[in-house]
Amino acid sequence: MSTETGAVTGIDNTRIHNIGYRAYDGPRLGRGYARRSLYSQSLRGSFGLGRSAKSKVLPMLLFGVMCLVALIIVAVAMATPNASKLAIKYTDFAIYLQAVIGLFIASQAPQSVSRDLRFKSVPLYFSRPIERVDYVVAKYAAMASALFILTVTPLLVMYVGALLAKFDFADQTTWFGQGLVSVALLSLLFAGLGLVMAALTPRRGFGVAAVIAVLTISFGAVSTVQAIAWETGSAGAVQWLGLFSPLTLIGGVQSAFLGATSHFPGGEGPGAGAGVVYLIVVLALVAGSYAVLMRRYRRVGL
Amino acid sequence: MTVIATESLSKRFPRVTALDRLSLDIGPGVTGLVGANGAGKSTLIKILLGLSPATEGRAAVLGLDVATSGAAIRERVGYMPEHDCLPPDVSATEFVVHMARMSGLPPTAARERTADTLRHVGLYEERYRPIGGYSTGMKQRVKLAQALVHDPQLVLLDEPTNGLDPVGRDEMLGLIRRVHTDFGISVLVTSHLLGELERTCDHVVVIDGGALLRSSSTSDFTQTTTTLAVEVTDSDAHPDGTDALRRALTAAGVSLLGRDGLEADGLPGAGHILLIEATGEETYDVVRDSVAGLGLGLVRMEQRRHHIAEVFRTEGTAETAETVLTGAAQQKGSGRDEH
Repeated sequence: MSTETGAVTGIDNTRIHNIGYRAYDGPRLGRGYARRSLYSQSLRGSFGLGRSAKSKVLPMLLFGVMCLVALIIVAVAMATPNASKLAIKYTDFAIYLQAVIGLFIASQAPQSVSRDLRFKSVPLYFSRPIERVDYVVAKYAAMASALFILTVTPLLVMYVGALLAKFDFADQTTWFGQGLVSVALLSLLFAGLGLVMAALTPRRGFGVAAVIAVLTISFGAVSTVQAIAWETGSAGAVQWLGLFSPLTLIGGVQSAFLGATSHFPGGEGPGAGAGVVYLIVVLALVAGSYAVLMRRYRRVGL
Repeated sequence: MTVIATESLSKRFPRVTALDRLSLDIGPGVTGLVGANGAGKSTLIKILLGLSPATEGRAAVLGLDVATSGAAIRERVGYMPEHDCLPPDVSATEFVVHMARMSGLPPTAARERTADTLRHVGLYEERYRPIGGYSTGMKQRVKLAQALVHDPQLVLLDEPTNGLDPVGRDEMLGLIRRVHTDFGISVLVTSHLLGELERTCDHVVVIDGGALLRSSSTSDFTQTTTTLAVEVTDSDAHPDGTDALRRALTAAGVSLLGRDGLEADGLPGAGHILLIEATGEETYDVVRDSVAGLGLGLVRMEQRRHHIAEVFRTEGTAETAETVLTGAAQQKGSGRDEH
């Protein structure tokens, strides 16, 4: 069976055939390591890394669009004589490009969770050292991180560009910091809502549709109703209507606390009082998403 | 050493009792767990993996209590589910590497073990192709590989031969046998086909309605239950070879089964196949010598596979020998054993 391939050395390690079964005596790194592995695999998967070439196209394209827009903003600022700041605020960027972000989460959240549910791979995870909470935390953290990378990279491009254009360092850093907090909140909220929608619909197509409905369509609907309320003179209702879509929630929080321009009709965002309500609702939605995911995976255990 | 031990283990759901005071003591080797659908096999596996608490009673796997050391057990145990569990868009290598890391293997070790394990289950070049294009047999091998990749001390295989054709079944059973003999890993394999497990397992446990029906080593089993089907040609000296053989065997003291030893199921060639009760190795010799003595041609001599139902039928005679039966099972047995 085994062949001596190396007559020169003639020792045992030159045998290449029929090595038989080898037991594994090395380290077993346990639950924490498994959770980290799942996190990094899911995060990479969100950008199509470690998956087929076909599945890299969409996330990479969307990522490219985000960065390209940021580059254009920087280029415009540099080409404009006497400009003292970028044409678009850091906090506005995600609002303007919400469709791109929506598409990203709609395509990647089902990929991340519906796939395991649909092909019933979940029991394979739960028959290993990780627990339900590890799976949910890893998936949630990975999705939020992916969104954060998607939204923060263009901000970083803008920030670096602004510094190269010799804009005021202190101003730019403050605004960039505000933008950072804003997209971090947005990533947490969108990842939670996206994963909940995707986890409730094992069929991938439905998952995509559900995420788009919750994130993008709700924004359109709320904006329309807000505009109607503004036109008909019930200006007081505008700020409370903003509580009903994820994007207007983030918009409300950042115009109340992060110095952002409000995109509500009339340009009046919620004041500090209403802003607290906005923040509470955002945090409650994040916690709620986590709770729903935990419940969901209790049912599909094995 | 005991691999799996349960002590009056019960699992009750609001409407059903899935396990009813089940006490088992399973040693190293290949153990078959036989039961009809709904007999409690999957519930037992869930409890053994520490994923579902027992209503009462205790269970230990590899000496670890399932109620308190679930994670430690799952690190040392492999599990192959009954249903499909493979994503179609990744290759077997990528998938098994990922699963190895989920079991706690460092990245390099995960890759090496994956290559080894896939080779041992018989997947070669195709392991780089997406799983979606695999045959059922190949998918079953990938499922087995992901259960073995972290070199567990015990694997729980839930219906590993489901959906396979006869050749695929034989290969899978051979592979399961090797998991113990070559890899040194103990195996608990479930099936609803007893005959299948007889050839693979050292020990067979039969459960029904969540209770232990029978637990014995496979050699006990085969000695009491093996049926041989024999078909012979006719010759000039014996125009009816089957009849001649029947008389010869009866004279030699071999007991015949069925109606006059003939298969009465109306299958093709039924009238020409003798069913013989094999009591051990010597029965084979008697058949061979009788056929040779009559100058007939031996067309076939094969072991008939048993269905789980046969255990219920024959247990009336078996109960005195080595089995502890529950009251419910005894009733069932006495109702059916007069064939």
